[in-house]
Amino acid sequence: MSESENKWIGKNTIRPDGADKVTGRAAFAADANMPGMIWGKVLRSPHAHAVIKGIDTSKAEALPGVKAVVTATDIIDFPVDTPVPLGIQDMRWMTRNVMAREKALFHGHPIAAVAAMSEAIAAEACKLIEVDYEVLPHAIEIDDALADDAPILHDFIEFDGKPSNIAGTLEHTKGDVEAGFAEADVIIERDFTTRPVHQGYIEPHACLVSVAPDDKTTIWSSSQGQFMVRAMTALLTGIPQSSIRAIPAEIGGGFGGKTIVYLETLATILAKKSGLPVKMVMTREEVMRASGPTSGSKSTVKIGAKKDGTITAAEGFYWLQAGGLPGSPIRGAAGCALAPYDIPNGHTFGYDVVCNRSKVAVYRAPGAPIGAFGVECVLDELAEELGMDPLDLRLKNAAKEGTKAVHGPTYPVMGYAESLEAAKVHDHYKAPLGPNQGRGVASGFWFNAGGESSAQVNITEDGNVVVTTGHPDIGGSRAGIANICAELLGIDYRRVSVLIGDTATVGFSNLTGGSRVLFASSMVVTESTNNVIGTLCELAAKIWDIDPEAVTWENGEARPAGANAGQFPPLTLEELAARANETGGPIGAGSQLNTAGAEGGFGTHICDVEVDQELGIVRVLRYTVLQDVGRAVHPAYVEGQMQGGAVQAIGWALNEEYVYDKDGRVDNPGFLDYRMPVASDMPMIDTYIIEIPNPKHPQGVRGVGEVPLVPGLAAVRNAIYDALGIRFNSLPMSPPVILDARNRKEAAE
Amino acid sequence: MAKIHVTTKINGEPIEFLCDPSETMLDALRNELGLTGSKEGCGSGDCGACSITLDDRLVCSCLMLAAEAEGKEINTIEGMAEGENLHPLQEKFLEEAALQCGICTPGMLVAAKALLDQNPNPTETEVRFWLAGNLCRCTGYDKIIRAVLDTAAEMREAAQ
Ligand code: FES
Ligand code: FES
Repeated sequence: MSESENKWIGKNTIRPDGADKVTGRAAFAADANMPGMIWGKVLRSPHAHAVIKGIDTSKAEALPGVKAVVTATDIIDFPVDTPVPLGIQDMRWMTRNVMAREKALFHGHPIAAVAAMSEAIAAEACKLIEVDYEVLPHAIEIDDALADDAPILHDFIEFDGKPSNIAGTLEHTKGDVEAGFAEADVIIERDFTTRPVHQGYIEPHACLVSVAPDDKTTIWSSSQGQFMVRAMTALLTGIPQSSIRAIPAEIGGGFGGKTIVYLETLATILAKKSGLPVKMVMTREEVMRASGPTSGSKSTVKIGAKKDGTITAAEGFYWLQAGGLPGSPIRGAAGCALAPYDIPNGHTFGYDVVCNRSKVAVYRAPGAPIGAFGVECVLDELAEELGMDPLDLRLKNAAKEGTKAVHGPTYPVMGYAESLEAAKVHDHYKAPLGPNQGRGVASGFWFNAGGESSAQVNITEDGNVVVTTGHPDIGGSRAGIANICAELLGIDYRRVSVLIGDTATVGFSNLTGGSRVLFASSMVVTESTNNVIGTLCELAAKIWDIDPEAVTWENGEARPAGANAGQFPPLTLEELAARANETGGPIGAGSQLNTAGAEGGFGTHICDVEVDQELGIVRVLRYTVLQDVGRAVHPAYVEGQMQGGAVQAIGWALNEEYVYDKDGRVDNPGFLDYRMPVASDMPMIDTYIIEIPNPKHPQGVRGVGEVPLVPGLAAVRNAIYDALGIRFNSLPMSPPVILDARNRKEAAE
Repeated sequence: MAKIHVTTKINGEPIEFLCDPSETMLDALRNELGLTGSKEGCGSGDCGACSITLDDRLVCSCLMLAAEAEGKEINTIEGMAEGENLHPLQEKFLEEAALQCGICTPGMLVAAKALLDQNPNPTETEVRFWLAGNLCRCTGYDKIIRAVLDTAAEMREAAQ
């Protein structure tokens, strides 16, 4: 399909849910109510690490207005010695995350939950629950958790034959790194740290659950997967999946943080016990203490190159905080770190380290920004050492079609080098810089994902279209689906309604995550729509009494083709829909696929900063995101992903971090002190979309949403180096850190 | 605790409601009056998702007591469109894809309208500082700022 032939693909149409969203009508998780509904509240651990020796809920239960109390004994246990994987999660850890079992593992870990006639009564009742804790020493930072005398979080975890806080490892090897480093003319090795950062979605977790006496359960919640909510709730409560209907509310941001359940299980058990619908809404403080974030990390990265810039070997070791239960994104860190490069000898190693923080959740390209940070910083230094332009160094080593990546796959056609070439000739890269200003570049990779998706395409009796898919729409994917369906049918996109089905109305669909939604759902929507078109042609053939093969579908109507061309006036979608009853009945088709062929995504960022030498404040002056997106089905929402991801990266690089007190409690659990970028911090974010269609997708789509977070940390850091002459290898580069480094540099000079 | 009886005007309509003395305006809107367009992102005045106007002044409804609405005029996102005609800001947000998840959108729109009502010709910097109290985690602000500036330009043109 060439651009000129497309009527809707590639056009910035108005999103199907648009009017609802700008008028306040759109119903998010906390916006739903039910008659007779009561309120649930969670009692959370005041300690970072403690054995729970006993819980007495009798006083809480006796409080007037209290309808039900739940503790870990009400939730199905999964013994620690038998893995129960569900996607990338493990139910052994999920059951212990939704409610502390043997131990409280972080400050804010749920201990019990209460449902009562009002939120105030539920909160009052939580205070009446008596918990007997044996407080233990805690380990917050990686080095605390790895120290010889570290408090061991889980006695069932061993590493190197000893009790340990290292819960797992992952390794990728290609070639022989020792031999590779021996060939190098220049070798640079540096240590890096990054801090845990929260996904920062503006909508706190919330749900409303009703359980009938026959266990028929309705869950209204905002998540990145209604089928995930159903599966996890079923596993944790014992209610069969067929009895649970999980309805996806509009979701107010997720970025990976809503790919697991927190409240739904508790509300389900409270609703079952009380016989009343239960609503639960987290406060922002609860969100910050007990959900997300992504891992903090430390890493060591070593890269060797010849004088001409050819990389001979690269190695990276990554330690990632998992929080209180195993499962940090070491795959993303160790897998994505070297992925943009054609490296003959590579080795990456990841360690999953448990510590007394909230269990990490997925955050946009989980692990990849951590992996890329060290590599892209070392490349910057290497370029300087070799006297090369940093984009040229990357271009020299850029992975391309046929490159075998260190993490395994051999790449098909893709556009990494194109993003570097576009950056080189971009106005931004050539613009002059003033005093105290600097420019940095960096690149990044994300795997992208396929997996299970389902869709149903139905033609209404009046000849319009309703598409139902199974993926919560987090950033405008419904608009992309409408464009594709309208394009295939040859009708105005406004005639296509796109809805997100609940678990009872659409087939199984995996999470909204991994940058998979438009990729996977457009495959099932394309298949369904093409089947509908086949049916429409058959109906026309019946009316004309000719062979169905002799009918074509063009511009929203059936036309006789071949020998019959021009013999009958075309039949429109409306006309065929109106006569469906006499010609064969309802017109619709469903499709369910385990999609494959997602292929990775690559991007390059250019960042200009100005450093205020007095205050240590870094201002981002100009920022450009260049990325191969395969095919931009709805360009404005593609740009939006690129811009939003870049700004999250800037926040991670410059300001975002948790501050813990000496007792292991988060000191800044709110938006005032956990400083995410605000409008006045940011410049416009320029985007440069590269379209090298994914050959394995009907429209050429690649995932878009995650890549733009990956290069940003190093792009900002390399720009600050250019401005200040100081290489920061720890994040965030907040004003006190900048000032301190600047003062030390001045003193040394 | 005895409830307080409040007589006020919301989106142009006279309204009476009962509230607890400690109840916020945001809770009253959402829980007593069914106006769930205003969102709670933080409950502490830091995200702007709950933005409303109180006698034409932009406020965070999570920081205001419901009882303070007595005798005042309140406008919320639900009152922004006139019948089936969207406000130019609402139109522009849709045309220019200035929302992704949309949870910040009601507050952004209410805040942006309050700006344009008093300053029909803001600079980019003025828009960025005015909206600095409205967090958006999805868009990186670019398209929001552009949509506000473009709406302002169009409204100025239309007014001529
Ligand atoms: S909810 Fe009022 S400012 Fe965040
Ligand atoms: S669009 Fe999601 S927070 Fe602004």
